[in-house]
Amino acid sequence: MVTIYIEGKPYQVPEGRNLLEVCLSLGFDIPYFCWHPALGSAGACRQCAVKQFKDENDTRGHIVMACMTSVKEGISISIHDPEAKEFRAANIEWLMANHPHDCPVCDEGGECHLQDMTVMCGHVRRDYRFAKRTHRNQDLGPLIEHEMNRCISCYRCVRFYTDYAGGRDFSVFGAHEHLYFGRFEDGPFESEFSGNLVEICPTGVFTDKILHGHYTRKWDLQTAPSICVLCGAGCNIIPGERYGTLRRIRNRYHPSINGYFLCDRGRFGFEFVNSKRRVRQAVRRLHKDGPLETLLPDQAMEHLSSILSGPGKVIGIGSPRASLEANYALRTLVGAECFCNGIAAEQAGLLALILEILQNGPARSPSIRDMEQSDAVLVLGEDVTQVMPRAALALRQSVRQEPMQELDPLHIPLWQDAGVREAVQDEKGPFFIATPYDSRLDDVATLTYHAAPDDLARLGFAVAHFLDPKASSVEDLSKEERLLAEAIAEDLKAAKRPLVVSGVSQKSPALVRAAANVAFALCNEERKAGLAFLMPEANTMGVAMMGGMDLDVALEQVREGTTEQVFILENDLHQHMEPKKAEAFLTGEQVVVLDYLETETTRRADLLLPTTSFAECTGTLVNYEGRAQRFFQVFEPTGDMLPAHRWLARMVNMTGEDGSDAWGTLDAVMHALAAEIPDFASVLPGILPGNDALKGTKVPRQSPRYSGRTSMHADRDVNVPKPPEDPDAPLSFSMEGFQGVPPPALIPRYWAPGWNSVQALNKFQQEIGGSLRGGDPGQRLLEPSALPKRAYFQGVPPAFRPKTEKWCVVPVYHMFGSEHLSMLTPGVAELAPRPCLALNPKDLENLGLAEGAAVLIDRKFSLPVKVLPSLPRGVAGFPVGPAGYLEGKYVTLHSAASEDKDQMGRETHE
Amino acid sequence: MKRERPLTQHFRSDGQALSLREYEAVGGYQGLRAALRMERHQIIKTIRESTLSGRGGAGFSTGRKWTFIPDEDLHERHVFPHEMVMMIEEPDQWEHSLAGFTTGVKWSFMPKGEYITTPTYVVANADEMEPGVFKDRVLMEGNPHQLLEGMIISAHAIGANTAYIFLRWAYKKSARCIEKAIAEARQANYLGEHILGTDFNIEIYLHTSAGRYICGEATALLNSLEGRRANPRAKPPHTAAVGLWGRPTNVNNVETLSNVPHILRNGSDWYKGLSYTDEGGTKIYGVSGRVKRPGWWELPMGTIAREIIEEHAGGMADGYHLRGFLPGGASTDFLLTEHLDVRMDVKSVDAIGSRMGCGTMIILDDKTCPVGMVNNVMRFFARESCGWCTPCREGLPWTANVLNAVEAGQGRPEDIDRLRTHARWIGGPDNTFCALAPGAMEPLQSALRYFEDDFREHIHLGRCPWRRKGGPI
Repeated sequence: MVTIYIEGKPYQVPEGRNLLEVCLSLGFDIPYFCWHPALGSAGACRQCAVKQFKDENDTRGHIVMACMTSVKEGISISIHDPEAKEFRAANIEWLMANHPHDCPVCDEGGECHLQDMTVMCGHVRRDYRFAKRTHRNQDLGPLIEHEMNRCISCYRCVRFYTDYAGGRDFSVFGAHEHLYFGRFEDGPFESEFSGNLVEICPTGVFTDKILHGHYTRKWDLQTAPSICVLCGAGCNIIPGERYGTLRRIRNRYHPSINGYFLCDRGRFGFEFVNSKRRVRQAVRRLHKDGPLETLLPDQAMEHLSSILSGPGKVIGIGSPRASLEANYALRTLVGAECFCNGIAAEQAGLLALILEILQNGPARSPSIRDMEQSDAVLVLGEDVTQVMPRAALALRQSVRQEPMQELDPLHIPLWQDAGVREAVQDEKGPFFIATPYDSRLDDVATLTYHAAPDDLARLGFAVAHFLDPKASSVEDLSKEERLLAEAIAEDLKAAKRPLVVSGVSQKSPALVRAAANVAFALCNEERKAGLAFLMPEANTMGVAMMGGMDLDVALEQVREGTTEQVFILENDLHQHMEPKKAEAFLTGEQVVVLDYLETETTRRADLLLPTTSFAECTGTLVNYEGRAQRFFQVFEPTGDMLPAHRWLARMVNMTGEDGSDAWGTLDAVMHALAAEIPDFASVLPGILPGNDALKGTKVPRQSPRYSGRTSMHADRDVNVPKPPEDPDAPLSFSMEGFQGVPPPALIPRYWAPGWNSVQALNKFQQEIGGSLRGGDPGQRLLEPSALPKRAYFQGVPPAFRPKTEKWCVVPVYHMFGSEHLSMLTPGVAELAPRPCLALNPKDLENLGLAEGAAVLIDRKFSLPVKVLPSLPRGVAGFPVGPAGYLEGKYVTLHSAASEDKDQMGRETHE
Repeated sequence: MKRERPLTQHFRSDGQALSLREYEAVGGYQGLRAALRMERHQIIKTIRESTLSGRGGAGFSTGRKWTFIPDEDLHERHVFPHEMVMMIEEPDQWEHSLAGFTTGVKWSFMPKGEYITTPTYVVANADEMEPGVFKDRVLMEGNPHQLLEGMIISAHAIGANTAYIFLRWAYKKSARCIEKAIAEARQANYLGEHILGTDFNIEIYLHTSAGRYICGEATALLNSLEGRRANPRAKPPHTAAVGLWGRPTNVNNVETLSNVPHILRNGSDWYKGLSYTDEGGTKIYGVSGRVKRPGWWELPMGTIAREIIEEHAGGMADGYHLRGFLPGGASTDFLLTEHLDVRMDVKSVDAIGSRMGCGTMIILDDKTCPVGMVNNVMRFFARESCGWCTPCREGLPWTANVLNAVEAGQGRPEDIDRLRTHARWIGGPDNTFCALAPGAMEPLQSALRYFEDDFREHIHLGRCPWRRKGGPI
């Protein structure tokens, strides 16, 4: 720490940062545009000018840019110096010279950083009388709007898109006042992280087109802190609602997980909440193919009561998408021995293996921030970019770690981003990708290896063996594979923070064991290797930790014939099992389904109870890392929905002997879960740091400027409605309540006086880019074992040999297309590729097929075929979706001559 | 006694470039031979003692600049790792620290020393695009081998094996001359491997630019050479540590490098003796405008402006009187007749409120509208802004628009204040990312100081007083 002087007063600040960061961290208001905490300083906008003085005798001082000035012992600056203020105002005036008078019609208004900085710098009068330069806009696809006239040339967009996210199709063109930030041609962005442009752009050049489709001003949005449910990363988000419609998703900063950025699936894939397919009323079916009868909530409870009091076995099928509380309530209702986790056998087996590895092994389950800091990475089997995109963005940064370490003697501060990149040039740290087909991270990989899953596992085992001869060796490795394994082992061994990334996508226990072996071999006294297992669903890890039988065991029980009732919680069985297996569950006597979206499963329910989407209830999820986090209700939905845990709690109370309503609150369920399963004991104390500050008051979901609350439902009832009460969370559905800085887990929006844009986040952090004031929310539940080192896994599979006439199926993931909820956003469906069967070009040739031709799979259904040159021979790439049960198995392929076979793909999107 | 003019006295009278043989016959490549016999740090010491200063407009000590390359053999004494950091972040401080250390101290360099210090590059900045400046063109078209020899010596001194000439696209004749000279030099083993039988290898590549003024800024030049957008870079890190492709790089102007062979051949004392002042050597001075003989002359550094304009350029053309002049190209402050006796060297011109810059003067005569002249150069600067930083990108076009309006008779009284405000804020040396915009403000701020009445007359009359009503000048 060093001492610097601001307006003559001394402050202790960390050395090596830049002046802008430390002043913002101290709470001073300095305007800026081009600096960004994740992108570093550029020195382009000149807005952060302050006065620096050489010593006490220097009264004149000279202007410096705070973002470009290193903090050193004894530096003396003034922010309020009149000359500096005048210059900052002049700078805004220059930016305003060409800026259009768009505020009233610009989507950014109300959360516009340019507006805030203009007001902060005191520029109020327009003197520029000449023509403004204008641009022609591009059609950038269904997700992002382009309005170049508003551009203030801060260069943030291109620095993020090309430097940080590695995108190639977007850049800056032109010179002087006619710069143009756009794509090489009209069309949707290629990068999976393009949506971050709408938050990075300090003006309204790039705006959220999904929001635009049902626009409202920021101050009119009702918001609450939430978690994205579209993959297992657990990125923190802030959804915003008005008039009962979810309008948009915004990033919610968490230093260990998503940081400042989201992926496009998480940002734009929320429209399923507004879908016409929402289940809003309870529905009953008198007999299997009979008509539907809509029920009032009381009627539904009556029917439930009669079902629950009936004899016969019951099975409760939970869901890796539903919250811990909902799953546990179901488990309590049906009893632990009748609870199914809603996961197919193969994946469930893998999850048990993974839990064992992470709880009893020496390797550490890393956060996304940990992944970013790794200095050597091996990816085994996962297409990270499509499965858990935010992790891929982190891995892309990780390849800078080792070269930056080597540059230490040059003492270039990391925030001097251009200087660091110039010094690093094309050097990259060790990054090895072993997947069945090429991925979007291959451009930063040191070496890639594309092979069938068994061969990928063999490579992993071989790497582990090179690291530690005690680990299982691999027979019959080819020379290339041996050299590759040796190279990988060498680089991993030399690293300070090595990382192995694997997961459940390939349904391969061998891959998981191989990944574990590598990580175990790397762990020693000095370092803990990171071992990340990507998870497909928001609560896969949580449900796995709860235990319970898998879907195939449950199916066995159902097939025995003694089961009378099946309860299904927010789980579309057709997504996980082949149709006839799914049907076996649904032809039972009484099928009670709790869900919020119409699916094949809900259509077969005897009693369908409407539940809430993630934005309409509160609950706890556990991400891939093993971090429990709570998402909070944003709004009350229209209809008779109840959060699933509340339906189930009522049922538990119904079946309880004492007739009490003891099981009411969310936390009561969580307490019960923690009491029964000790792995969850630390959840409640840990996930809501700093809540005591509230002292019983509630955090308002609405800003003080929220308009129309008391009149917006006057068309239904002219009386002023009482705001709903929230029994599950200390948040209010109004603007009344706690007016201070909320505890970090309850931050519903970023706002501070004078800071209406996302930049207000600066005020919520202890230090720019660091932890939140009050602590970071969420609680890690999995830590490596202190026990002596776990033994290495056996089970090296034999080398993959392509079979004649049969192809091994591997899943081909797409960020847009492989996840069914997000596909209900029309823009997402538009960008999702058409489901195709992927084949190696030689295989295609041997089948005598042309690209695009229909291929018959197992003589059951057909798909158009496409070429995927990186795919090995004998392997067929399947689109992820309802035919997932085929993954890891072998299928036959024939040319589809006739047309009356089922067209697969009709289930995968709306 | 007529003083020597080493840079140009052997130019051919027919305008052709000196061939290798012709250059060798008048002492060419003797400087290189001398340099190859010296220790590398001694070459640098010689250049420092000669007081050769950068001829590209900034006037920085060339010898000092060469010491900024972080290389063990460059210095009379060994360099410690912490000093290397200073070298990179604060070259001025580092410079002070050079004095007073004993040699012979055991040196343990930092572990990854090689990574940082090799390869090293020499770059000749031949992107001469300042309005009114043409002296580098003269040198490249007249004696390209002189430049090559200077580059080879510089490369040897700082430990470089690869050098580039970054040449303005429009200098097509210079390109041809240089290409021919490079081929000749390679044939004679002045380029290639084992130069003159030593261990030293050197290659020089000619790169013709895509043609923007900002490429004359050394760091923007390096970006352009790398094939990227020609935006300047922030310093630190300085180019001496992180330059071309992230490697230590020394960038010098063509005229600066052309002086180097003569200094090595004849010594620093000789070089200092060529000058009238304590800034050594000769300078190519030039005059453009309504004088009898516009052109260029190599004269002792510190020649007074009056001598250049009245004697060598023959004074004003018949019917014209001198009103003012830009002493060093378009981005320097106006001087008036009362300043004509200034010695044209870096310090002297600086002392009277302008800059020597490149030493080529642009004359303002009494029949030319000063507003129009400033407008003309301002439109140039506005167009040439790279667009990186706000004051230049947005402020220069606004300034040009105002000047346009004033010149066209559509100015308003508040426009004078607007111009002053712009000059003040855009002109502040640290307010912008590089020196283009402050340079653009120099003619404007000095025109406002000396010719404010002319601006006011435009506004008052609603037209340019130099134009006859409705007609051109």
